[in-house]
Amino acid sequence: MTDAASTTVWRKRTTSRELAMWAGWLVLVAFFVFCWQVMTQTTIWAFVTDAPQQAADIGSRMVPPRWEYIPHLIKPMWDTLNIATLGTLLAIVMAVPVAFLAARNTSPSVRFVRPLALLIIVSSRSINSLIWALLLVAIIGPGVLAGIVAIALRSIGFVAKLLYEAIEEIDASQVEAVTATGASRSQVVDYAVVPQILPAFAGITVFRWDINIRESTVLGLVGAGGLGLRLQESMNTLAWPQVTVIFLLILVTVLLSEWVSARVRHAII
Amino acid sequence: MTAVAATETRFAQTWSRPPFIKRRGLRWTLYGGALVYLITAISSVEVNWVRVWEGLDRGLRFIKGFLVPDFTSRWGDIVIGMQESLTMTVTSTVVGVAISVPIGIGAARNIAPLPVYAVCRAIVALSRSFQEIIVAILFVVMFGFGPFAGFLTLSFATIGFLAKLLAEDIEDIDESQAEAIRATGAGWWQIVNYGIQPQVMPRLIGLSLYRLDINFRESSVIGIVGAGGIGATLNTAMDRYEYDSAAAILMLIIVIVMAAEYLSGFVRKWVQ
Repeated sequence: MTDAASTTVWRKRTTSRELAMWAGWLVLVAFFVFCWQVMTQTTIWAFVTDAPQQAADIGSRMVPPRWEYIPHLIKPMWDTLNIATLGTLLAIVMAVPVAFLAARNTSPSVRFVRPLALLIIVSSRSINSLIWALLLVAIIGPGVLAGIVAIALRSIGFVAKLLYEAIEEIDASQVEAVTATGASRSQVVDYAVVPQILPAFAGITVFRWDINIRESTVLGLVGAGGLGLRLQESMNTLAWPQVTVIFLLILVTVLLSEWVSARVRHAII
Repeated sequence: MTAVAATETRFAQTWSRPPFIKRRGLRWTLYGGALVYLITAISSVEVNWVRVWEGLDRGLRFIKGFLVPDFTSRWGDIVIGMQESLTMTVTSTVVGVAISVPIGIGAARNIAPLPVYAVCRAIVALSRSFQEIIVAILFVVMFGFGPFAGFLTLSFATIGFLAKLLAEDIEDIDESQAEAIRATGAGWWQIVNYGIQPQVMPRLIGLSLYRLDINFRESSVIGIVGAGGIGATLNTAMDRYEYDSAAAILMLIIVIVMAAEYLSGFVRKWVQ
């Protein structure tokens, strides 16, 4: 008896579950191989195999960076900052009403208005700001304005989604207390809902601003102003030392904005 | 009696809500600074209103394109672009996850020795600090145009995202379970396999699916700089002023993103 008990070894899964796991992995690997075959149909392997040489070649062209180029980058830098900041502000103006319409507890009509607000949020979120910029450059012409609107349109979904989730999570007893004083609907929102979501709102805004700085550095690639415009010019003229300077500047900007937003969010929460 | 009356009169008759920023000096400096910035920023934005006015016509055409999207005339190109985007998404997510698991384990301070930790954190920081589009530019120059460069870009971006979150998750595990496994005399591999892996697996699956979703979205963008996928098709459609085809592509992207988001949310709920 004791002998038989000691020879049964503990196993994590039963045999059938083990087999199911293996089958699952097999399907995943097969699917991966299939996708890989389809994807690499048009790949020219000669270009892939000489990539290390290409990398070394570009690397040697990129150093030393042309530091004298920095003065030309001050105006684009200012534009980039404006695209991100003004775009975020414009997005907030449009996102706040959408968020209140989308939240279950503040929406005037859960059946009709809420799905519409959710549709706005989803379509804004699923299109990247570069694609928005591509559209807007074609419509309102190249320049900073297209960048601002692109950033704003992309940010609406993000801000509204996080904000409506925050609104849905508020403490209902405060709303009840303010309602009990005889407050009107708008007064309830003003005195019971807004104070509860204000810290979350500030946090979301700063977080989105940080992401927008990151995105606005490359919007110029499609003609929407800012640092990306200079990047595009430098690459088209094969001025790799300038490209290095721009890359470094973008890196520093991104790190700085991340630091600022972390500090501000830390101060708020 | 008079004392009571005095205390009663001390109650405030009106109430105003406390300001969001408590310190008065800081508040007014911030408001003033914001105002000055806004004025200078808005005045420095150059807008060619004539061009905007002319463009409204195109905007109208674009909205018309959205109402009557044209799926048929560029259908062949759209299929190829979608095929590239979808396969690129799958392969890059698989490869990215496969690479980021060891890096994520290495970047968790509670199970990795300091030198390994430092190297893995450096890799994560490097991958996170460059945006996809810039990495894509470099990879297109190195590996030539097409989805292969896109695949490399997305794999690289996946590493930074997934390894960081995985490492944070491993650092947050319930130590007592790992401790229990360690007490049985298990080696490092066994601790990872039996003490840590079961705890982080649901989240790892959830994050991988979330990243699959992100990778598809990104794959529609990096085509603009030549890294293949539906973005390239979209860019071509825009360059040819074929707004109805562009609208069709955008609608397809939105539908696929929504489907992916819904599915990944469903699977994540099922796993957890």
